[in-house]
This record gives sequence, C-alpha cells and structure tokens, in this order.
Amino acid sequence: MSIDLHHGRVEMNHGSGGRAMAQLIDELFARQFANDYLAQGNDGAMLPAPAGRLVMSTDSHVVSPLFFPGGNIGSLSVHGTVNDVAMMGARPLYLAASFILEEGFPLADLLRIVESMAHAAAGAGVSIVTGDTKVVEKGKGDGVFITTTGVGVVRDGIILSGNLACPGDKVLLSGSIGEHGMAILSQREGLSFDTGIVSDSAPLNGLVEAMLDSGSRLRALRDPTRGGLATTLNELAKQSGVGMRLDEAAIPVCPAVSAACEFLGLDPCYIANEGKLVAICEPQDADRLLAAMRGHPLGQNAAIIGEVVDDRNGFIQMTTRMGGRRILDWLSGEPLPRIC
Amino acid sequence: MRYVDEFRDGDLARHLAAAIGSEAQGTRRYHLMEFCGGHTHAISRYGLGDLLPPSVHMIHGPGCPVCVLPIGRIDQAIRLALEHRVTLCSYGDCLRVPASLGLSLLKAKAQGADVRMVYAVTDALELARQNSERQVVFLAIGFETTTPPTAVAVQQAAASGLKNFSVLCNHVLTPAAMHAILASPAGVRLDGFIGPAHVSTVIGSRPYEPFARDHGKPVVIAGFEPLDVMQAVLMLVRQINTGRAEVENEFTRAVTPEGNLKAQAIVNEVFELRDGFEWRGLGSLPKSALKLRPRYADFDAEARFGVGYVPVPDNKACECGAILRGEKRPQDCRIFGTACTPDRPVGSCMVSAEGACAAHYTYGRFQGPATTVAREEMQ
Repeated sequence: MSIDLHHGRVEMNHGSGGRAMAQLIDELFARQFANDYLAQGNDGAMLPAPAGRLVMSTDSHVVSPLFFPGGNIGSLSVHGTVNDVAMMGARPLYLAASFILEEGFPLADLLRIVESMAHAAAGAGVSIVTGDTKVVEKGKGDGVFITTTGVGVVRDGIILSGNLACPGDKVLLSGSIGEHGMAILSQREGLSFDTGIVSDSAPLNGLVEAMLDSGSRLRALRDPTRGGLATTLNELAKQSGVGMRLDEAAIPVCPAVSAACEFLGLDPCYIANEGKLVAICEPQDADRLLAAMRGHPLGQNAAIIGEVVDDRNGFIQMTTRMGGRRILDWLSGEPLPRIC
Repeated sequence: MRYVDEFRDGDLARHLAAAIGSEAQGTRRYHLMEFCGGHTHAISRYGLGDLLPPSVHMIHGPGCPVCVLPIGRIDQAIRLALEHRVTLCSYGDCLRVPASLGLSLLKAKAQGADVRMVYAVTDALELARQNSERQVVFLAIGFETTTPPTAVAVQQAAASGLKNFSVLCNHVLTPAAMHAILASPAGVRLDGFIGPAHVSTVIGSRPYEPFARDHGKPVVIAGFEPLDVMQAVLMLVRQINTGRAEVENEFTRAVTPEGNLKAQAIVNEVFELRDGFEWRGLGSLPKSALKLRPRYADFDAEARFGVGYVPVPDNKACECGAILRGEKRPQDCRIFGTACTPDRPVGSCMVSAEGACAAHYTYGRFQGPATTVAREEMQ
C-alpha cells in the first residue's frame, strides 16, 4: 500500500531506517527529485569530476512560517544554496538535501515543499543527488528544517572574493531590497498585515552567468540575505579593509516595502533578500556590468549605488535623500528571527 | 508613499537649508535644543546637521523615555521579576538598559525571570487575562504620548475586575523637564526649543507658553520628519533674529492649542502628580511624574509588591546625565564608542534608538573624534 500523501502525517518510523522510511524516500523524495545520480540508490552519489575548481557551500533553513508569499521553505532551501555557490562565480551543479521532520507534520505539506524544491532545482539547472531524512518527536522541531549543500564549478580565470574590493571600485545592486523579509514578517503571527509583498526568492546563477559573460572585471559578489544590504556591505568593507560611499536615492525600494517598513519602524537596508546580489567591480567596467545585469530578468532594476573608498574605519557612509550624510552601520540589537 | 515622501523631499530640504543659511546671521550663534529623541533620531538618520550653517548648533534634549529612567527604576522592575516572580512586560528598549549588579531585564530573563517584550500595554493586559495564575506587571514608561494608553489599560483592568494585572508607573512630564533645563544655574545656553511632536498631540501647544513668556525662549513644535525639523529651525532662526519669543506650531497637521482633551481627561481620571520623581541626569524634580490615583491603588505594582524606589548613582565614567542636560555631546564622553556601544551599552543614552549616544554612534560617528567646541560654548 502506498503512503497517503494527502491525509497522512510524519511518524517516528519515517526516520527509523526501516521499511516506512524507504517507502517515504521512494514515493516522495526520489519521485520528485528523480535523476540518475539519486537513482543509484547508494549512501552517496557518485558524480563525474568536472574540470577546474570546485565551490562548495551549505545552508540550513528554518524559516517560519514555512509557507509565505512567493515561496516556501523548499524553494528557499534550493535558492539559498544555489545563490551561495553562484556568489563565488561558480555554476551550481549538484545539491544534497537533509530534512529534519517533526512527528505529526502533514505529509500533504511535505509534498508541497518537496515539489517546490524539485521545481526550484529544475529552474536553477541543478540536480538534488543525495539526501537524508530524520524525524524528531512532536514538539522538538518546527515542522520541517532543511539543510542543503551545493557543489559548483568555477570557470577559468574567475576569482571572486570579499577581500578584493579596492578604493575606486563601483558597488552595484541587482534590484529592489527588502521583499523577502517583509513578505515573511507580513505573515507573522501577531504582526500579520496585508501588504501584497511577495518574496524575491530566486536562483541568481543565471544572472551571474550573464554578468560573467559581459567580461566585466568583478571583484566580489554577495547576496544580501540575513541582515540585509547594510550587513552585506559592512561585511565586504571589513573583509577588504575599505569603506564605501553610497547614494541613498540610488538604492531601489518598492513602495509596498517602504510603506511596510515605515509602519513597523524598520529600515529596508536591514531587511533580508533571497533573490538579490551586490557586485563590486572595477570602475571602468561598471556601466558594461550594469547593462548586462539590466538585460537579465532578475537584474532589470539593477543600479550603481556607490563606490569603494579608502577608510581605515571601514564606514559605509551614505548621502541621504536630504543631502546629509550618515553611516549605514552593522545591525545592532535583536535581529528579526528566522527569516531563512 | 503618501504622507511620508512629502516630508522627505530632498529638493525642499535643500531650499530650506538655503533659506536657513541666508537668514542665520554669521555673527551670532543659534543654540537650539531639540527636546525629543524622535527629533534627535531624525537629525542623525537624515544627516540634517550637514544641511545647517556653522552658526546653528543643535543640542540634544532629554526627551527619550528610556534615557531619563534612572537605574533605581529598572532595579525595581528586576526585583519584581526575579524576587516576586511576576511576568514583567515592557517595551523592547527598556529590557537592555544596564541596572545594578551588572543586570538588565534581559539578563534577568536569562537567569530565569519571566520578562516579555510587548509592543503595547494592551499586549500585557491580554497576557494577564489569559494567565490568571500569573501576576503580570507592565513597566510603564514614557512622556505624555504613552500615558493615555496606560490609563486606558488600567481603566479596562478595573472594569473587568482583573486581579493579576498592575503597572509600575514611570510616566513623566515634558514641561517639567524643560523647566528643569532652563532653571539649572550652570546649565547649557539655549536660544530656543524645537518642541515635541507626539507629546504635543496630547497636551497641545499651550503648556509651552511659559517658556516663551517667562523665560524668553522661542518654542516651535515640530513633527518628526526631516522637513519638519528643517522648517522648525528656520522658524526659530526667524524668531531669534527678530527678537521674538513665541510658541509656534509647525506640526499643525496633528497639534492644536488645546491638544487631545479626551486623552487628557482619561489620564487625569487615572493618574495624579507625584510630589517628586528622580530623573536620570536632571535629578529629583517636583511634580514631574505621575502615579496612580488612590482609587486605582490595586493596580499599582509598587504598592502591591512593596518594592520601593532606591536611588542608585550612575556609572562614574558615564556622561549620560550631562548629555541629557544638553551640557555635553555624546562624543565628549570618554567611553563613547569604546567601552560603551549599542551592543554593550553602559549608559541609557546608548540603548534606545532615540538616545543621543545611540543616534550619534549609529549614524554620525564618521564625523570624527570629540572636539571641545561644545564645552567652550557653554556658559
């Protein structure tokens, strides 16, 4: 008898290594993620070794709520790791996925999540080649936690790193900020408000390919997830031992995000994104890179938002819309919990 | 975004800056105190200092509710949570203020105390309703803006006969603090005030008239948006240039001369004046804070649990007191940005986003080390 994926629930024996677990893997995960490597059915996937250098990255996903406008923990877990690999200038090839399931979690929800992962993987052009499933007792998890690990290959001659930013370099942003974090917040119990904001969760490897194809000399790429744009820029500045000067008016923010941030007393620069990237490039290539980004669907609203400067304090200084100056500092105090 | 973008228009800001620049006389100095932390935050966040001419000096005032609360008041809340095992609720910033014995409410929480961050007093009321076996205490802080909601909560608790809800009342009064700053003999030199925005929606513009009439200090009530602040500075410069001292209202979209009479009536029904109340930085000020009227004594946490106020001196290295009186700037404090940062605050002004130190650290510290300008200018 097959598993009732519509009315059933996760049981302890789905993680016990026995027949029930084998059945869940066969009928749910293997069916949705179907590929030759997974079909090997072994403890690990045996993969052909690509030429060149490999990039590997891992990311755990504990977002709450599990389903949000624009995605769910499944699609997010694919995009999160695909993007981390892509930020190294690599083409993501394979993913491993580990699930921690809470006893009693509806299998119908798990099916939605796994379908969404399969869809996201196909969209990003990666295969989920191996995985693991554990079940914890009711009350000891929060539905589903997913850890994904990705492997990609870097094309020859590309070296991207957060410590390579130099004074004079330009800082580019691929689009409007704050949509993922506000989409999650808008669904939070106690805070729920109707904004129509949809998460920007998306695979950025295609955009990165287009940027690399443009031949622009890139120094670093990074996706501004937790802590938002401000945190990412501070990380890059610290790593490179430089400062930055930004123009607030150049940073794209959609009106709904602006309004929701205003309402909650938040700054969009500190709100998480899951489908945006920051690029640092040599100044003479900035316009060419911007054109390449705008030519890609995920970079239509890309903008040059500032430049790298010599500053031993590592300050990210921003000219406000008013014409005054301020710092865009590290996030302080309580970060917003569990957004990815 | 309507009602927001209009007040953050860069072109208008530059026009106002040009007007201030041309009308402010280079031969004199304009020492203007923005009373409210909300204004301090706006000035720092939008970098408005860069738009003002060198002759205009903004001095941060004491209008930050978390900042003016002395250590002894936080100690009371911690005693309630740790010793009396109540569920202690307050606004987020309050939880991080350093108190005696290296504690804060957050650290008490880590020791097992039941401390909750709430967005509004109604959340605390709801907690009490849903947990009848728990004593729920709301640490009520703030100027006249947050007082009416506390008053309504007490009325509702009384009406429904709630036995497990009480208030640790620390509501304070704006005019009393303004008076204390002007009355200080060794105090800061001031030529005018930017008057509170939200406080004035409740109390109206009339309570500021004595400062203009008796002390000769112009007051311009202003909203918290950057253009409100710029417009208020221009209005103050014009008053000072023409030798006028009046209460003017820039924030006409929300403030009337008489204020919100309904809110005032509710506050008056629930609260009465304390004889004295100790403020951080300003010392003990007569008739400067509120307590529950005898008819609501059942909801007074101080009385219910017998936790009296014990004064505690500030950390010796901390300059919060002088900063709250406008006598020093955050960067004049020798532990600013070193021993005292928003992540590890020593004084209360580094805790709240409205605190002068937190605002300067977060937005303005690129402007470099301390100078002696502020001290030289004090008389």
